[in-house]
Amino acid sequence: MPTYFEKKQLVTPGELLAEGDYLPGENTYVEENKIYAQRIGLVDVDNKKVNMVALRAFYVPKVGDIVIGTVTEVGFNGWTVSIQSPYNALLRASAALNRSFKPQNDELSAVLTSGDLIVAKVASYDRLHDPQLTGGEPGLGKITRGQILHVVPTKIPRIIGRKGSMISMIKQETNCQIVLGLNGIILVTGKTPEDEELAITAIRKIEQESHTSGLTDRITQLLKDNKESMEEPVNE
Amino acid sequence: MNDKHDKLIDKKGIRLDGRKADELRPLKLQVGVLPNADGSAYIEHGKNKILAAAFGPREMHPKHLALADRMVLRCRYHMAPFSVQERKSPAPSRREVELSKVIRESLEPALFLELYPRTGVDVFIEVLQADGGTRCASITAAALAIADAGVPMRDLVVACAAGKVDDTVVLDLHDAEDKLGAADVPVAYMPALDAITLLQMDGILTPDEFQRAVDMAMGGCKKIYEMQKEALKTKYMVVKDVEESEVEE
Repeated sequence: MPTYFEKKQLVTPGELLAEGDYLPGENTYVEENKIYAQRIGLVDVDNKKVNMVALRAFYVPKVGDIVIGTVTEVGFNGWTVSIQSPYNALLRASAALNRSFKPQNDELSAVLTSGDLIVAKVASYDRLHDPQLTGGEPGLGKITRGQILHVVPTKIPRIIGRKGSMISMIKQETNCQIVLGLNGIILVTGKTPEDEELAITAIRKIEQESHTSGLTDRITQLLKDNKESMEEPVNE
Repeated sequence: MNDKHDKLIDKKGIRLDGRKADELRPLKLQVGVLPNADGSAYIEHGKNKILAAAFGPREMHPKHLALADRMVLRCRYHMAPFSVQERKSPAPSRREVELSKVIRESLEPALFLELYPRTGVDVFIEVLQADGGTRCASITAAALAIADAGVPMRDLVVACAAGKVDDTVVLDLHDAEDKLGAADVPVAYMPALDAITLLQMDGILTPDEFQRAVDMAMGGCKKIYEMQKEALKTKYMVVKDVEESEVEE
């Protein structure tokens, strides 16, 4: 009952990964007791479970996920929000305002109009119904400042790091607030554009080298180097 | 092409373009050539030049075409007006509508349609230059584009034709052989699962010749499959290279 790959090998859809006594993990499927790859990505086996990190994928909503989306339409009692997934999300007015909503009293487009960016949480989703969002919690709501960047959604866990180690390190070193939308959209808000730029450089580096080891050290180094070079002109 | 070719295959068994009976035309495959598409691929199969772009899964437009229980795959095969010697009208012809359907049906078995209901995947195939066997080359490129878009697949679909020319069964017919030859058998195939997803025949073959043609086409498919995998990996090799250089450090 062998596996047919080396650790972190790059595989393409349809490649045979393992046979027999293994469990199919993410981005894999079973046919006649054989495990095959579903996407292009890097495979790994963890405790009899064949897992694959996809290099190309799209976001599938999950209840509880924090996402960043763009309002595309103002409706009668809510908004349609594009969250870079196969399904458009709905944000109900009562969920966004956190109070009961009467069409007579409230003008929805005064709260959010099409084109606005929001941070929201997925409140409900299954394959038969479009995801519903909620915005009535601290930290959620309309984005008023900062910079947005897009990454492949599967890279988000790497940017977070083990127990949030990576992201908290970046936040600390750059003095930026960073909101990671699990749909692959990231909001960076800093005191100065330079801080934001540095945080973005770091995130881009993680995205590019997401599957290498010792990445945390290199990111720390990158941030330190940049900080020093930024401080130099001040010293002169 | 009106002047009569005495022979499409000479005494030594060499074809008009210098190939042997079981030889493929030179192939070039490239993935991720169109940044505006979710996934894309470009194929040069002999003189064929074809672009494929994939979008989705995304909300279906118009909405009434969405299906409640599965994803919808839409394909559009189109030949550019300059893709053939005589200008081809850019309006979709009967042949193009049929090929769109044939290509769609050959790709559908490779997708997990039931995983993302109410959505649609669009594949646009643009033939820039045609020289026989465009449906096969289109399928090969379209499968790469879909994989590049990150849509889960059972396997990459490869296609290749075989046929009969001057009483010989040959692999991968070009335009002249297709038009003047006796038969053409396009085959689309998923090598990892050993499953055929498209099998057509145009012309007359004996059962024995047909069997040989299918076997030959499947053999050609397997060769193209290797190139297809290679092309897909090349785009993402950058990730791998970084990793390897880190290990060396």
